Amino acid sequence: MPSYVIAEKCDGCKGGDKTACMYICPNDLMVLDTNAMKAYNQEPDQCWECFSCVKICPTQAIEVRGYSDFVPLGSSVMPMLGSEDVMWTCKFRNGLIKRFKFPVRTTPEGAANAYESLKGKDLNSELLSTEEAEGRALPRPKALVK
Amino acid sequence: MALPNKPMGETKAVRDPAVEEREVDILIVGGGMAACGTAFEIKKWMPEGMKVLLVDKAAMERSGAVAQGLSAINTYVGENGPDDYVKMVRNDLMGIVREDLIFDLGCHVDDSVHLFEEWGLPIWKKDEQGKTLDGNKGKKMGTLKSGAKPVRTGKWQIMINGESYKRIVAEAAKKALGTDNILERVFIVELILDANVPNQIAGAVGISTRENKVYIIKCKTCMIACGGAVNIYQPRSVGEGKGRAWYPVWNAGSTYTLGMKIGAELSMMENRFTPARFKDGYGPVGAWYLLFKAKSLNGLMENYAASDVAKKELEKYAPYGTAAVTPTCLRNHLMLFEMKEGRGPIIMDTVTALANLAKTMDKKELKHLESEAWEDFLDMTCGQANLWCATNTEPEKKNSEIMPTEPYLLGSHSGCCGFWVSGPDLDWVPDSYKIKADNGKVYNRMTTVNGLFTSGDGVGCSGHKFSSGSHAEGRMAAKSMVRYAKDHADYKPALSKSNQELVDLVYKPVRVFLDNCNYTTAVDINPNYIKPSGMTMRLMKATNEYGAGTATYYMTSSKNLEIAMELLQTMREDCEKLAAGDLHELMRCWEIYHRIWTVEAHLRHIQFRKETRYPGFYYQCDYPGQDDKNWFCFTNSKYDAKAGKWDTFKRDYIKIIP
Repeated sequence: MPSYVIAEKCDGCKGGDKTACMYICPNDLMVLDTNAMKAYNQEPDQCWECFSCVKICPTQAIEVRGYSDFVPLGSSVMPMLGSEDVMWTCKFRNGLIKRFKFPVRTTPEGAANAYESLKGKDLNSELLSTEEAEGRALPRPKALVK
Repeated sequence: MALPNKPMGETKAVRDPAVEEREVDILIVGGGMAACGTAFEIKKWMPEGMKVLLVDKAAMERSGAVAQGLSAINTYVGENGPDDYVKMVRNDLMGIVREDLIFDLGCHVDDSVHLFEEWGLPIWKKDEQGKTLDGNKGKKMGTLKSGAKPVRTGKWQIMINGESYKRIVAEAAKKALGTDNILERVFIVELILDANVPNQIAGAVGISTRENKVYIIKCKTCMIACGGAVNIYQPRSVGEGKGRAWYPVWNAGSTYTLGMKIGAELSMMENRFTPARFKDGYGPVGAWYLLFKAKSLNGLMENYAASDVAKKELEKYAPYGTAAVTPTCLRNHLMLFEMKEGRGPIIMDTVTALANLAKTMDKKELKHLESEAWEDFLDMTCGQANLWCATNTEPEKKNSEIMPTEPYLLGSHSGCCGFWVSGPDLDWVPDSYKIKADNGKVYNRMTTVNGLFTSGDGVGCSGHKFSSGSHAEGRMAAKSMVRYAKDHADYKPALSKSNQELVDLVYKPVRVFLDNCNYTTAVDINPNYIKPSGMTMRLMKATNEYGAGTATYYMTSSKNLEIAMELLQTMREDCEKLAAGDLHELMRCWEIYHRIWTVEAHLRHIQFRKETRYPGFYYQCDYPGQDDKNWFCFTNSKYDAKAGKWDTFKRDYIKIIP
């Protein structure tokens, strides 16, 4: 299901340092045509339909059209990714619309505790840094084959 | 007609790229769950002055297998304990596994899950009445670490709201490592051994996909964690749908090829995974079976897995086939049996499952149930949700087909191919599972190349780690790598190839293109080169027809394998003529090169193991059935780059856990 860019909505991320879709695509598919200042998917048959570009696009210029080899036309699924939730609008070929809202994280963006000041003590043990800090003991198999 | 010929991509490749040299103590290749685990853990053990660098082909925020998100964490040991975890993995993988590696992972995986929750990953909880609470609502029950009950689907799986799973994990990894120590959009394509010290990793070479630049990086120790191998067999969809692979389409077997080419020993490379998934969209089936209690039916609407014929078939594979949970490959085997007998297609009976659940629910609960079913797809396989929309499929009203996919190679899901690595240096671990480095010491998760480590999909003989286990394993390896670097503080890496040799090697496809592109009028058709897209189709056709792909219901034979090996030989020769006009295409050239080598290892192992250990995943028709007498052992291989020769051999399996 390749992503596509709506020409009218794409502003090439205003020629900034980072073209959002190009920055995020895990498969290096989204590129910016610097003459037209529009992005496009350069290899649609390698698109995993991960929606990373759709979710990150600041102008909602990117959508997805089902793979031509097995998806009938006329449907769409569109996410709106917020800081706490993602809202999905799922439109059926027959016109039925379903909306879903799912949580995405329970902490503010950037708040993940990376334990930057934690320093491990015993490099020769098999305990991970956080396990060591909690004073955990390494389990042993309950029984061994004799 | 496009004249003059020009490359397609936006960043044209030039003949002579810039070269940037780096020297670090520790190099991490990859940016997925395992590499993020390494990134989180490593600085906590590094002494002052030690240097680290992580290199990712994509952007860590959305790279690797979890880029799109996940709807469940499949390994949370919790109340079960690591001993039971070993038994589950052993049974699913038909007996031959490294129990030391699995037990070891089982001791640490929950710590990573607890971190994910602390960082902000919403984990579903059970309330006092046993009802499901998700997102922030679940928080009031406390954390898993403090004893809150997760929503278990199976014995090992827990449900999450995982759309932003990778973003959360990458955020912590990037913070812990420091963005100055991360290179994104750089693809490591070859590892380099030391010029003077035998069998010692000394560095790596990679290409930027954003500028004409080659990175040459020296290191004392290196982690390869770049996922499994996808698009190595012809997918069931061959048009645009090629991209709708079950596993991430960008996983090119780089982990395996990088290591095997410098002589790291591989193990169980014959093992593969051909998951049965919702047809075409490849949406997950786990929640449907486990959470919604759906049954799969054959075309006659019979619950074939419960039939007497199926039970009898499974008895052939006792004790695995008769265990409480049928191994994944045998579940496929039963499905293929129905299809071959003309009783297809296989159908997931979502209608009955949801109707049964609805009997005990009020309207609000029912609405939530529907939303859970959709979230399962939208969190991790959005395209499947669109396929349902496009085919007007409401699961409570219309059933969906399921189908085994094309084969994948991986070591973290329900598969176990990868490198032979050292287990932990503990008294209960057999000596033959410990790899001694040059100094006589044992480093957990080190390959047979000194200083070269792996985790996640790279570690063989120990599947069922999934996202959480891969993260934990990356952390475990991180600690060993610091110890290795510290113990080798005096080692000064010297690359066995010159900078010029390396640049000539990695930019060869660009030069082939530039030297020849003006000879014809159509840029993709030229007798002097082959584009990576063409080579990819060539590989997929060969594997599909001869290497037990979907075309033959996963059957192969000795003669077929012989032909496949001949085809691979010519493919390797023709790789000398791969051509890249732009940087994206240059990345694709190296990816197909990695895929070809990975497939060669896979087929060599199938050729060597003269039995059919994993019916349902593949069949060696000259050796049907299992031969425990001769083949209840690991099958390993090693490539000797100097001689250009493969060695394939057995290693003993040792049962540790009763």
